[in-house]
Amino acid sequence: QNTRGLRSQLKDSVPVTGMGQQVGAYGVQDTLRSGFSSVKNELLPSHALELSEKNFQLNQDKMNFSNLRNIQGLHAPLKLQMEYRAARQIQRLPFLQSSHLALDTLKGNDESISFEDILNDPSQSEMVGEPHIMMEYKLGLM
Amino acid sequence: MATLSVCQPQLGGFSFENCKRNAVLEAEVTKLGCNVPSARKTGTTICGVVFKDGIVLGADTRATEGMIVADKNCSKIHYISPNIYCCGAGTAADTEMTTQIISSNLELHSLSTSRLPRVATANRMLKQMLFRYQGHIGAALVLGGVDCNGPHLYSIYPHGSTDKLPYVTMGSGSLAAMAVFEDRYKQDMEEEDAKRLVRDAIAAGIFNDLGSGSNIDLCVITKGRVDYLRPHDMANKKGVRSQRLIRPVYAYKQGTTGVLTKSVIKLDLEVVEETVQTMDTS
Repeated sequence: QNTRGLRSQLKDSVPVTGMGQQVGAYGVQDTLRSGFSSVKNELLPSHALELSEKNFQLNQDKMNFSNLRNIQGLHAPLKLQMEYRAARQIQRLPFLQSSHLALDTLKGNDESISFEDILNDPSQSEMVGEPHIMMEYKLGLM
Repeated sequence: MATLSVCQPQLGGFSFENCKRNAVLEAEVTKLGCNVPSARKTGTTICGVVFKDGIVLGADTRATEGMIVADKNCSKIHYISPNIYCCGAGTAADTEMTTQIISSNLELHSLSTSRLPRVATANRMLKQMLFRYQGHIGAALVLGGVDCNGPHLYSIYPHGSTDKLPYVTMGSGSLAAMAVFEDRYKQDMEEEDAKRLVRDAIAAGIFNDLGSGSNIDLCVITKGRVDYLRPHDMANKKGVRSQRLIRPVYAYKQGTTGVLTKSVIKLDLEVVEETVQTMDTS
């Protein structure tokens, strides 16, 4: 019943319509950064699991926080989210790999291994992000 | 992959970038009449049974790739923890990686709780992971082990449903093996009876199902002891060739040919010249 206040957590999750359409300034699609797009490509996800995997961590957190709120009261998820926010700020700049040690310890990811750790390791990716553009994107200047 | 500029850092895990390209390629290839390469499966017979003191797990050893046998002696009984083993049917890579991930997770968990892991924990981890991927990970597993609460046997389907039963079979030969179980299973069997029952069930799968074959592997798990019998029984032994066909023997016995006359002439050799050539060993 008390999930109304947690709707704000869903603002980062990707809804079913509108798959990865990068919208730049003035609401027009961003050809410079995301290339040419076609409506057919963007309408449906390319794999049945694409959307659910993109939102998986967010949905798990939402479920856990809502359970915690129902069991222990509002203070428990609030305090935890404050700690998460603090841990998320002590990271390197976006184009460098940060270890996420504090965040992983808080979330309990340091005691489990899943496909995120084995496949597609970001520290081994073949593409290097352009530092200036990534910083401007992160700061919201672009 | 050729984006003009990368704005957000890349995340780990599954990447679905090539799915559309693969779908287009598959359509083109089927239009030309060729076949897309298929994943290696373990069309299999795996089974498990609970007996008086523990668990017996059994598996055949054939891995197929379409209509071809890819591996004549593959190992389908995977280690999860010292007291828990898991047989895997379905896509070979999926069962292999899934059991390895769960084994690592169980090890971390048992280090954190400093207790021997329980079969129910492994079952819960497996079912949550398989449900998360909605059956796209094709791993059908038979999980068995002995923990502080006694012996437990679970069967886990690719979409994430599980059953806790005293005897289970999975794989393409599961019906043949289940027929043997349904006929001869009794509660609280002795170890030798249980081993014989599992061996017969796997043999039924091997002889009646095209996807199963080769040898029979058994794994007997009791409290404090694991017997990994690989191979327990070679049901399909290739014939032993006779020695004469491998390496033909050209030496004939004495007396094969009759001897008519025999004369010995001694050759007198005299030394004519003797030269010594020194080697240059500098």
